[in-house]
Amino acid sequence: MIADFGYGILVVTFLLSLYSVGAAVLGALNKSTAIVESARRAMLLTWPLLTLSSLALIYLLVNNHYEVEFVYQVTSRSMPTYLKITALWGGQSGSLVFWSWLMSAFASLVTLRKWDRDREFLPWVIAVASLTMAFFLAMNVLFENPFARFWQTAAGVEAYTFKPANALPFAPQDGRGLNPLLRHIGMVIHPPMLYLGFVSFVIPYAFAIAALITGRTDDRWIRLTRRWTLWAWLFLALGLVLGGRWAYDVLGWGGYWGWDPVEVAAFIPWLIGTAFLHSVMIQEKRGMFKQWNMFLIVLTYCAVIYGTFVTRSGLLSSVHAFAQSAIGPMFAVYLSLISIGSVALIIWRWGDLSSDIELKSVFSRESLFLINNFLFLTLAFICYLGMNFPLVAEIITNQRVTVGPIWYERITAPLFAALMFLMGVAPLSAWGNSTLRTLGRAIWKPAVVSLGITTVLFFTYTRNAIALTGFFLVSFVILVSLYEYWRGARARQTSQGENFFVAFWKLTARNPRRYGGYFVHISMMLMAIGILGIELFQVETQGTVQVDQSINLGGYTVKYKDIAQFPGPDGRQVTRAVVSVYQGDQYISELHPRIDYYFESQQSMTIPGQRPTLKDDLYILLVAWEPVSTAGATFKIFVNPLINWLWIGSILFSAGILIAALIPDRSRAAVREKKSVQVAQTSAAD
Amino acid sequence: MKRYPLISLLVLILALGITGTVLAQDVRPTDDEVNAIAKQLYCPVCENTPLDVCPTEACREWREQIRAMLAEGKSEEEIKQFFVEYYGARVLSEPPRQGFNWVIYIVPPLVILAGAGILFMGLRKWVTPDDPGHDRGAKEAPGTADEENEYLARIEKELLGKD
Repeated sequence: MIADFGYGILVVTFLLSLYSVGAAVLGALNKSTAIVESARRAMLLTWPLLTLSSLALIYLLVNNHYEVEFVYQVTSRSMPTYLKITALWGGQSGSLVFWSWLMSAFASLVTLRKWDRDREFLPWVIAVASLTMAFFLAMNVLFENPFARFWQTAAGVEAYTFKPANALPFAPQDGRGLNPLLRHIGMVIHPPMLYLGFVSFVIPYAFAIAALITGRTDDRWIRLTRRWTLWAWLFLALGLVLGGRWAYDVLGWGGYWGWDPVEVAAFIPWLIGTAFLHSVMIQEKRGMFKQWNMFLIVLTYCAVIYGTFVTRSGLLSSVHAFAQSAIGPMFAVYLSLISIGSVALIIWRWGDLSSDIELKSVFSRESLFLINNFLFLTLAFICYLGMNFPLVAEIITNQRVTVGPIWYERITAPLFAALMFLMGVAPLSAWGNSTLRTLGRAIWKPAVVSLGITTVLFFTYTRNAIALTGFFLVSFVILVSLYEYWRGARARQTSQGENFFVAFWKLTARNPRRYGGYFVHISMMLMAIGILGIELFQVETQGTVQVDQSINLGGYTVKYKDIAQFPGPDGRQVTRAVVSVYQGDQYISELHPRIDYYFESQQSMTIPGQRPTLKDDLYILLVAWEPVSTAGATFKIFVNPLINWLWIGSILFSAGILIAALIPDRSRAAVREKKSVQVAQTSAAD
Repeated sequence: MKRYPLISLLVLILALGITGTVLAQDVRPTDDEVNAIAKQLYCPVCENTPLDVCPTEACREWREQIRAMLAEGKSEEEIKQFFVEYYGARVLSEPPRQGFNWVIYIVPPLVILAGAGILFMGLRKWVTPDDPGHDRGAKEAPGTADEENEYLARIEKELLGKD
């Protein structure tokens, strides 16, 4: 009953979003505000409808309705309620519903804004957002119905949306339960964050398409969607970081990022989005590279759809899984149509989008942003190649290969280093004009200090050339960013007579994007410290010891004290070891690495005992595949130097984006006024 | 094909250290010696999981296989070769450098070079050195004697919204 209701609503919403696309286009072509308004209302209705449908699914999840296939797959009686609710995005069909729900929320938010000056965009923004939503809903309605129920037929038990002839309802007693690896707070938050990021990028894309169709190709669409882009970027980054943290806490391999195709698929939109985030500033400041920005946002949108596609269709695990999945080909068709359509629009408007490209110097801010774009896009391309290569190789040579971290690291490391260098140089350059001389004068002080820091590190910490280069770049970027804050604040101090702290705050408030951006740069560098630390200096050992015996690693002594086995919550058996940690002779703490075994899924999960400090992270695993007793337990121990800077950096990083996205940019109001005067003058001249 | 030269070295040193204390007089290759090789191989059945961390029973046996081969005195290369012959090239952490696989090694440097080339050509075409009579679109005043003052002026201008 509830299942039929939920499915019915999905069908209605699907039809409604199709109507919304049609009405929006018709209204725009006929210049009929009434039809456009009808499209807008249809779109506004999708959110409450999808909320109802999601609630229906959540009701089924929470109340153990195992006759519904999706509920059976992702929940079980022993799971706590909050996990049953979040199991909504624990499987394919549910996560598609969740995707559409977020899309409808964002699209509604956008259509509710004041449109006075931008009326002509409205129908096209509605059309693009509704089309995207219709596509995702189509997948639910036609192929991946989360409300499909089990039916007992002569052939056996199968899940169908509608009752087959001569079939009886079938309800299993208990569900299979969510994969234990996914029962972690990181995994509860990680998918929604990624989806939020993905969905928010649809909005700038919708505006870009609207700008192309209406021919309003000035930077209005960029200004209107600047915040959406920042939010999208933040959510995507948070999604990636949370995924990394989850891997670190749960997967038990002492790392946070394995260049797995699924990770890479989410990383690509972020890379292209970062290029876009920077290059729109060139258009805003100098009115150049309009075609390029259009191209970038189209590419970002395609990367978002492709990212969802590869993680949802099983394309990358093997060609055969892809061929069996019904939604794979649908995605392929949609992606082709969207990319061809968007590129065709850009070509159609090529003339309107062209602008006189005039750079005063290779060292100007805009030239450096171009180099930034080149590096980010190259990185995105390399990720795309690495991610898809196993598939292509399987098709061509009929032999499967693995493209592991070693390949990615070798090829991306120099590009990341170049980006860091650029991050150090670009803030010191000026829009319009910078010469090597002006840049050199600004750079030498931070460069000398960084060199000093690197020298100290050479004598005290490491002789590794890669690490030293990395640490030099990190300190260079941090110093340049701080120097910029300081110079700016001092300038205000002199000109406005404010004290340093007031000047500092007003500076940030005046140009939140720039100073928020520098904050993000600094945080990124803290993250880089963590990455350099774990990549270059991680040490590990594995050994079997008896109670009171110990293992030494990286200056730590880990002594096996005790072991206990007891039933845990959520239908698991916990095997928990107690180890004492000593540094030299000094006792520091007691850690509890454990193995949680889930009976229902016959899967175990290794939870490390961790001792995080700013210097390193002692990370102890109880090896799950070896027998454990007081007579012998096998421990795998990692010392991960500096890793915690990665997490600290990612928290600060979010703060930087919040500064850039939340503080209203007061300097822009003036710019906008000036721009519109200019535009008026130009058109008068034409 | 050293994967992590530094880490391998450290692992080796540690392995020697532990051999001396924990597993004295044991000729059985240590877990660290086994993992040093398993780390470079991928689980033949699971997706993208290095063999040293894969919890499945099959992988446990494969690690024991490595241990047995090490005890027989097989070299790292021989062991890796053995796994490739049995389970295919997918057990290696990157595609073997042969045939079609060269694509993945040749394309990225080519793309970087081509991109850099295009960028260079573009910059050469677009960059017109400043010339006072042709200064449309320039936001900043051309270089003055005192760079610091120029910077302060720029910041003030930007902050007052005159940029």
